[in-house]
Amino acid sequence: MNTNEIIPGVTLGEPINLSRRRFLASTAVGALVIGFGLPLGTSRVQAATGAAAERGTQVPAFLEIRPDGSVRLLSPFMEGGQGTHTAMAQIVGEELDADPATFIVEAAPPGEAYVVMENGLRITGGSMSVRMSYPTMRRLGALARAMLMQAGAEQLRVPLSELTTQPGRVVHAASGRSLGYGELAGAALDMPVPDPASITLRDPSQFRWIGKPVKRLDAYDKSTGKAQYTIDLKIDGMLHAAVQHAPRLGMTVGSLRNQAQVQAMKGVHSVHTLPGAVAVVAERWWHAKRAVEAIQVEWLEAAADSTVRAMPADFSSDKYRDFLAAQQGPARDDENEGDVAGALASAKTRVEATYHNQYLNHAQLEPPSALARFNPDGTLEVWLPNQAPDMFRADIAKRTGLSTEQITLHSPLLGGFFGRHFLYDSANPYPQAIALAKAVGRPIKLIWSREEEFVRDVLRPVAVVKFRAALDDKGLPVAIEAVSATEGPTEAIAGKQGDAIDPTALEGLSGKSYAIPNKRIAQIYVKGPAMLGYWRSVGNSLNDFFYEAFLDELADKGGHDPYELRLHLLRDNPRLTTLLQAAAELSGGWKRGPYTAEDGTRRARGVAMASPFGSHAAVVAEVSIENGQVKVHHIWEAIDPGSIVNPAIVEAQVNGAVALGLSQTLLEEAVYVDGKPRARNYDLYPVLPPSRMAQVHVKIVESGEKMGGIGEPPLPAVAPAVANAVAQLTGQRIRSLPLNRYTFS
Amino acid sequence: MELRINQKAYQVDAEADTPLLWVIRDNLGMTGTKYGCGLAQCGACSVLVDGNVVRACVTPVAGVVGREITTIEAVEADDVGKRVVAAWVEHQVAQCGYCQSGQVMAATALLKHTPAPTKAQIDAAMVNLCRCGTYNAIHAAMDALAAGKETA
Repeated sequence: MNTNEIIPGVTLGEPINLSRRRFLASTAVGALVIGFGLPLGTSRVQAATGAAAERGTQVPAFLEIRPDGSVRLLSPFMEGGQGTHTAMAQIVGEELDADPATFIVEAAPPGEAYVVMENGLRITGGSMSVRMSYPTMRRLGALARAMLMQAGAEQLRVPLSELTTQPGRVVHAASGRSLGYGELAGAALDMPVPDPASITLRDPSQFRWIGKPVKRLDAYDKSTGKAQYTIDLKIDGMLHAAVQHAPRLGMTVGSLRNQAQVQAMKGVHSVHTLPGAVAVVAERWWHAKRAVEAIQVEWLEAAADSTVRAMPADFSSDKYRDFLAAQQGPARDDENEGDVAGALASAKTRVEATYHNQYLNHAQLEPPSALARFNPDGTLEVWLPNQAPDMFRADIAKRTGLSTEQITLHSPLLGGFFGRHFLYDSANPYPQAIALAKAVGRPIKLIWSREEEFVRDVLRPVAVVKFRAALDDKGLPVAIEAVSATEGPTEAIAGKQGDAIDPTALEGLSGKSYAIPNKRIAQIYVKGPAMLGYWRSVGNSLNDFFYEAFLDELADKGGHDPYELRLHLLRDNPRLTTLLQAAAELSGGWKRGPYTAEDGTRRARGVAMASPFGSHAAVVAEVSIENGQVKVHHIWEAIDPGSIVNPAIVEAQVNGAVALGLSQTLLEEAVYVDGKPRARNYDLYPVLPPSRMAQVHVKIVESGEKMGGIGEPPLPAVAPAVANAVAQLTGQRIRSLPLNRYTFS
Repeated sequence: MELRINQKAYQVDAEADTPLLWVIRDNLGMTGTKYGCGLAQCGACSVLVDGNVVRACVTPVAGVVGREITTIEAVEADDVGKRVVAAWVEHQVAQCGYCQSGQVMAATALLKHTPAPTKAQIDAAMVNLCRCGTYNAIHAAMDALAAGKETA
C-alpha cells in the first residue's frame, strides 16, 4: 500500500478532520480508568490538550509510571506478532531514558489522543506503525522525561539545568542524590506538557535501545499460554454464542425447520436469526456450536436490493479466471511513459505472456471472535480483534445508534492478522455479538468456528495480467506493457471511486524502478462476485510475482542473465544496485544453475525484487524438485527499510513474510465451486507446514533513506524468485500460482 | 466425571464426547490451550496425556478420565517444560504467539521421551502449524535443546 488510499474513503496526506469525529481524549482516558482501575485523572489530559495541540503530546494519555518504576505505555498500534509493542517501548524508552524491559505495553483505546501517524491516521496496517510515528513517539518519550526532570527539580530543590537522567532515574550529580521515576511520576504527570519545540531528541549515535535486538516484551507470556487474545476473555454473566452462516453471502434465513428440537438441546439458552446467519446462545461454546450446526435452515436467495455483495450460485474461481482473461477493456492507465505502442511496433523482438494468480484466505490461527456487553447505563463495551479501533467504534456507533462516547472498545492481542482485522462489512463477528447481547440481555462472547470463518473471510484479489514487451537489437527491454483485469481490495470494499485507479490493484506492477524507457501499466476494472480484503503486502503479493517473473522471460528471450539484466536496468539507481548485490553476496555470489548440490540434488536459483511500503527487498531462492513438487532450500533476502528499530524483530518479520510468501507460491489457494469455498478448514486449505519452510538468510541494509515498513515488504519478491528458479531448473515457465497446480518431473 | 489436570483433581460436568479442549477452556477456564481448527489439523490445542502429546480438540473427555493431563499452564512445573520455555524465550520464537502453547507442549513431549532427538525426530514431532512462520526459530530452539544447551 505505497499508495494514496489505504482505507476506503481516507486519503493519505490529507489530515482527517478530527473535531468532526468527536474522539475526545477524555473518553479515551475514561476507558483507561475503567479498564485498569487506576486513578489517572482526566484533568491531566485535558490540561495537556490545552498546552499542546500537536499529535502525540498528551503524555498522560499514553504513559503511566508506577511506584516501582515500571512504565505502562498505551500503544496506538495493535500487537499481532509483528513486534510493534516492543518497538514502541524501545522508541519511547530511548527518549524517556527508561529500559524497554521495564515497559508494559497495551493497546490504547480509540480516541484523538492516539492519532499519531504522520498521515493523520491511526491504524495498524500498511507496515506503517513505526515508520509513520517514529518522530512523534520519540518526542512523546522526551516530553515525559522533561516532565519528570521538572518534577525532580522541584522535589530536590535544585535548578533544572543541574539534573540529568539515567535509566529510570532523575539524577543530581553535584549532590549525589537521585529519584526514581516511580517516585516522581505522580507530580510529573500533573505538570504541564512542555512546548514540543523546546525538546531536544537524543543523538542517534547515543542510542542504547533503538537499533538493537531488544528482546520482545511478550516472549515469555506467549511461550507459557499467559497471553490473552479476544477468544480467551471471560466476563461475569457471559454467555457463549456460535453461528451458522448462509452458504453464500447475501442469502437470508427463510425458516428454521427444527428450531424446537435445537432449542431443547443440552445447554442451549436461545436460538436466534441474524442477517445471513442463525445463532445459538448457550452456557458453553461447545453446546452453542453443536446446536447451531444442527439447525436445518431454509436459506433464501439474496434479494435484488441486498446490501452485501451477493455470491452467485454458479460462481467458480477457475471459470472466473477465464472470464477475466477474456476482458478486452476499456483499460485505464496508471503509468504511461514514452511511446509503448511505437516501441512495440518497431521492436526487433516482441514478447507476450499472460499471467494469473489465485484467491487466498488469511487463515490466521486465532478464529475471529467478539465479546459484547451492554452496561446498565446503556453504554456498550466491546472486545474485538481490530487493526483500526476508531473505525470500528464509528461502525459500531452507526450500527447501534449509540454515540461513540457510549462505546468502550478494547483491542486485545491479535492471534495473527495479515490484513484480516480491518473493517469488512460482512466478515467481522462483532455486529452479531452485539445483536445477541442486546437480545439476551447478557454479555455474549461469539466465536466463529474455523468453518464459519472460512465461509466469510474476505479474499486476496485475483488478476489476469497481459504483458507485452519490446527488446532492442541487444536483447534489452525498451518497452513493457501490463494490462491487468482485476478489482483491487480498496475498490471492492469502498466501491469504485469514479475514474480513479485503486492503487492497491496495481501496486507492484506500477512503481517499479527499472529503467525501461517506454512503459504502460493499466487496469481493466472488473467488479467480481467475491468479497475482497487486504492480505499481507496487498497488491504487491500478486503484482510483483507477475512483473518479476515476466522480467526473467525478457532476460531469457534477450539472451541475458536475469541478475545481470536487473543490475543493468538499475544502473542509475545506487540504492537498489547495492541491495541487489547484497542479496547476491549473501547467497555466496550469484549462481543461476542448474547445478548439482552436495546431496546430489539438481538445483537452480532465481532472483527477484520488490519495493513495497517504503522499503526495498531483493531475494535469491534456491530450489529443487522432490517427488514432483518444488522444494525451496534457501531464501536469501536483503532488505533496505532505510533505518530500523530492532534487527531481531526485522529478521523475524522477514522469516514470517517468507513463510507466507512460500505458502502462496507452493500450495495455498482458495477455490470456489458453485458459489461455495471448497475448503472450510485447514484440511482442504493447506497453509505452509514446517516441512516446506526454507532456510532463511537475512541481510538488513540500512541506507539511511526515509524509514520504510517491515511487516509486508519482505513478502512480494519471494514468489517470483522461486518461480524464476523453478523455470530455470525445469525449463517450464511459471505464469501462475500456486505451483502445486503444475506437474514437475 | 473427574479429571486430573496439572496434578489436581477437577469435577467436571460435561457429556462424554465433549472435546477435552472445551472442557479445559470453558468449564475450567484455562485458556492457554488454544482453539485453531477443531479438526486436529493445526495443533494449537496440543496437551499432554500421560506424557504423550494429543490434540485436545478431537479428544473426547471421557477417554482421558483417570489419566494425567498436562496443559501449558503447568508446563514450567516440569523440568523439561521449563527448559523448553526458556529456550523459546531465548530464541524469541513467538510472533503472534497463538500457536506457541501447542508448539511448546509438542516440544516438551518430544524431549521427555527423547532427550537428544535427531533432526529427523524433531521434524517428525514438530508438525504444528504456525501462520506467522516461526518454523526456523522453533528449529533453532529445538536444536539448542537437543544439544543440551542450557539457556540463560
